[in-house]
Amino acid sequence: MTDQNFKGLTPSESARLVKASLKQRRTKETRFKLIGISAIGLALLFLVVLFTGILSKGFPGLFQYYISFDVELDATRLDPKGDLSVESLYGGDYEDIVLEAALKSLDEKGDRKLKRTLRKMLSSGSGIRLIDYVTSHPEQLGTTQTLKFALDDDIDSFMRGFIDRETPESDRRIDDFTISIADRWQEAGLISYELSDYLFFGSASRDAEMAGIRGALIGSLLTLAVCIGIAFPLGVATAVYLEEIAPKNRLTEIIEININNLAAVPSVVFGIMGLAIFIVAFGMPRSVPLVGGVVLALMTLPTIIISSRAAIRAVPPSIRDAALGIGASKMQTIFHHVIPLAMPGMLTGSIIGMAQALGETAPLLMIGMVAFIVDVPTSMTDPGTVLPVQIFMWADFAERMFIQKTSAAIIILLAFLITMNAAAIILRKKLERRW
Amino acid sequence: MSEIKAMSAASKTVGNVFVDKPRMTARDVNVFYDDKHAIDNVTIDIGEREVIAFIGPSGCGKSTFLRCLNRMNDTIDSCRIEGSISLDGEDIYAPNVDVVPLRARVGMVFQKPNPFPKSIYDNVAYGPRIHGLAKSRYELDIIVQQSLEKAGLWTEVKDRLEAPGTSLSGGQQQRLCIARTIAVSPEVILMDEPCSALDPIATAKIEELIAELTEQYTIVIVTHSMQQAARVSDRTAYFHMGKLIEVGKTEKIFTNPSHQLTQDYITGRFG
Repeated sequence: MTDQNFKGLTPSESARLVKASLKQRRTKETRFKLIGISAIGLALLFLVVLFTGILSKGFPGLFQYYISFDVELDATRLDPKGDLSVESLYGGDYEDIVLEAALKSLDEKGDRKLKRTLRKMLSSGSGIRLIDYVTSHPEQLGTTQTLKFALDDDIDSFMRGFIDRETPESDRRIDDFTISIADRWQEAGLISYELSDYLFFGSASRDAEMAGIRGALIGSLLTLAVCIGIAFPLGVATAVYLEEIAPKNRLTEIIEININNLAAVPSVVFGIMGLAIFIVAFGMPRSVPLVGGVVLALMTLPTIIISSRAAIRAVPPSIRDAALGIGASKMQTIFHHVIPLAMPGMLTGSIIGMAQALGETAPLLMIGMVAFIVDVPTSMTDPGTVLPVQIFMWADFAERMFIQKTSAAIIILLAFLITMNAAAIILRKKLERRW
Repeated sequence: MSEIKAMSAASKTVGNVFVDKPRMTARDVNVFYDDKHAIDNVTIDIGEREVIAFIGPSGCGKSTFLRCLNRMNDTIDSCRIEGSISLDGEDIYAPNVDVVPLRARVGMVFQKPNPFPKSIYDNVAYGPRIHGLAKSRYELDIIVQQSLEKAGLWTEVKDRLEAPGTSLSGGQQQRLCIARTIAVSPEVILMDEPCSALDPIATAKIEELIAELTEQYTIVIVTHSMQQAARVSDRTAYFHMGKLIEVGKTEKIFTNPSHQLTQDYITGRFG
């Protein structure tokens, strides 16, 4: 209802009304603050839960159980030809020497059953480990050295307490006899729990205790190198062209809209496109970091273009005027002033784009980088896989120990991502100029 | 452009727009931003080693016209220019003219001090470097020192040439920008309200500097301060709604303007 007699307000009436409305305004403000704080609190809580979960599960995965034996490095048996060549070493008696060392540690001659059990308890890579040791320490041939070998993943899981002694023998993955030997080693103090060298230096393996991320890590680095090599120059060039040179007309508007749309395209679509174009149409090989890098480059291009354009737009126009005003050409203005000033923003965007590419799985599955490849890739065209795909594959394996390996690999991947994001922040802080 | 047509266009302007030995001449200049007619038939000469001030209320087109003189308006897509402007008898809007040497000959100082985020030395050396004016580091040092001396900044910054240009005070930054402009030895210096962002003391310094620079350079200055125009300029041109209303000796304009609009503006009735 409107008061027809309203004649305006006097200062005292106005002051009274303002005062009366104050309380409600304050309440609203407080409520809004509370909502904000609780939202941040909830986000932090999730973050803490996530990180404690990953760290508590994954941290043990960085370690594994090893057993130490005194191994007699008999030159004639290990290196029958005496030239330390691959044929000579692999023709040697390495498996038996490890087994004998294991028997000696138990002070037993060993019957068939014991030998078979010991073979199962040691990692199947123990012989190769001995050969590797000899290759890198040939001067120690003929001496007796204390060497460490990995325990098989079942024993490892038992040592971690995942396999319960109280479970009936028939339901256990390891029998009573095996447990008794593990106990004897444990009493003799031969078993140690150490940082896993297989995890960092090993490659893909079906044996959980030997599986490592080296191949995937190298694959990731090669893929990222291709990705940044294509996406950064192309993205920056596109951004510079669109911001500084292209006329503002309908065509550039359509291009802009489509770049923004591309940023929202699901990554798996880029994978399908990579499969259809690079592998099927161009006949490039499958599973190689080159193709993976190109696909990821296409995926990160919109991110880099958008952030680079924002960075270029943030360069004050007065700087362009200053350069043009003393006779710098358009190109000189761009290369001497605009790009250097926009570089921190461009780099930040690119690093964040790269971090996104590092964590990407789906498009790489499409182009076959999910293959089980033991060899570490040495070039862009060697088949390989990448960290997130390796995690994806390990998560699929049945062995108990792969759970820890998966978590450990996730920690390593996260460490890389956090490092990259931190680098982006540091770079921005360091290069940013104020005026 | 025929002289007769120029005379007819100029006839709308009160006072004598022509000088004996012009450095720059503008004839029937029209500027459009899309459909907006920003400059309407302006004809004016800019004489050798004179300071000419453009005054007028905001939006009267004085800055727009100033930016036509070294083609800074080229960077604005919607801007269209008709008529002719020439420097030493050469049409600067002729199709074969390159704006790079033009802007080296007609330098510009902007409203807000805009040093590059580089060292003081590099700020001044930038122009000579891109135009290849110095053959050696020694020559470049000389050019930088001379330019800073001419801009009255040398004694203040000679011990910290490597400090960033942005670390100077506002007035010093503006003098650095002037030094940067004169480092490429232009013939004409365009100043677009060079003191509007400065305090009175820094303004006084810039004005002194303008008086010194006029011995060597032709200076066109746009200003909002009528006192400033009266202090620094030899001739004054009054713009109103895109038209050049009156041109004349500064004393005449400020003491005895002929046109009613000029009279109203300088007596503070509007603007």
